[in-house]
Amino acid sequence: MDELDRRLILATQRGLPLCAQPYEALAAELGCDAATVMRRFDDMLARGVIRRIGAVPNHYAIGYTANGMSVWDVADEHVDELGERIGRLPFVTHCYRRPRHLPGWPYNLFAMLHGDSRDEVMARIAVVRSLLGDACRADDVLFSTAILKKTGLRLAA
Amino acid sequence: MSDFSLLDAVDRKIVDQLQGGFPVCDRPYAAAAATLGLAEAELIERLQGLLARGVLTRFGPLFQIERVGGAFVLAALEVPEADWERVNAAVNALPEVAHNYRREHRFNMWFVLATEKPEGIAAAIAKIEADTGLTVHAFPKEREYFVEMKLATRERRHG
Repeated sequence: MDELDRRLILATQRGLPLCAQPYEALAAELGCDAATVMRRFDDMLARGVIRRIGAVPNHYAIGYTANGMSVWDVADEHVDELGERIGRLPFVTHCYRRPRHLPGWPYNLFAMLHGDSRDEVMARIAVVRSLLGDACRADDVLFSTAILKKTGLRLAA
Repeated sequence: MSDFSLLDAVDRKIVDQLQGGFPVCDRPYAAAAATLGLAEAELIERLQGLLARGVLTRFGPLFQIERVGGAFVLAALEVPEADWERVNAAVNALPEVAHNYRREHRFNMWFVLATEKPEGIAAAIAKIEADTGLTVHAFPKEREYFVEMKLATRERRHG
C-alpha cells in the first residue's frame, strides 16, 4: 500500500475532521498540501479503495429494529445466477456466497435484510424464497439482538 | 443508544441524503449543506450531534481495504451463555474486529475481521481462539453479488 494513502486511511478511519476545510486539516496533520490530499481521495474513490464518503448510521437508531441475516442452501450450479438476482432486490443490502460448514451449516448464500419489524423481514424472506424456488433446499434467518461493536476498519498505526 | 423519535426533519434529511457522495473540495461541508438547504455551520453542528447521540457511528470515508491488499472475513462463535460477557470483551478488544453482532442462533456471535494483510486474518482468529477457548468458524466470501449498505430512515410506528 502506498505510504501516503496508508497515512490518510489511518487519519480518517475514525472519521473526517468536522471542520469547514477537512482536507486542509488533514494536509496540515500529514505535512502535505490540501490539493494532494484531495487528489488522493479522488483517486481512492476511483479505485474503489474508498467505497463512499458520508454518514454511517446505526441502523437501529434510524428505525431498522429488525435485522436479519438470511442464509440459504442453494444448489451449487445455480447459486451464482440466483445470487445476482437476489442481490438486485431493492431491500437486500449485502449478498454473498460463502462456504458451507457441514454438517451443521449447509448454507452457502447470505443475504442481509432490514426492516422495522420482524414481520416485514419475514415477508421479504418469502420473496427471496419464492425467487430461489426448488434450487433452495433449506434456509434460516438469524436476527440480530444487539450491536456489540461497530467501529469499522481500524488499521494499526 | 439514541431515541429514534428524536430525529427531526433536518436530521432525517442529513442521514438519508448524506450516506455517500460527500464532495472532495476545499469546502465540502458548505457544498453538501447547499444541496441540503442548510448552512455550512449548521450541517457540521448537526453531524456532531448525530454522532454524539449515536445515530451515526461515523462520518467519513468507508474503506474497502481489499482493494489495497487487505482482507475482510465474516466469522462466528458459539458462545456459552454463562461465558457471554467474558467472550464479548475478549473479541471486541481486538482492533481487527470491525463489527460484531449478537444473533439468535446456536452461532450467537457474528463479527467481521478487517486486516491490512490477508495473513492478519489467521492471526486474529488464532488470537480469538486462544483468548476465548472457543472455535472460530470463518465464512470468507467466495463471491460478492451485491453490497450497498444505504438505508433511509424509517417512520416511527406505534402499536
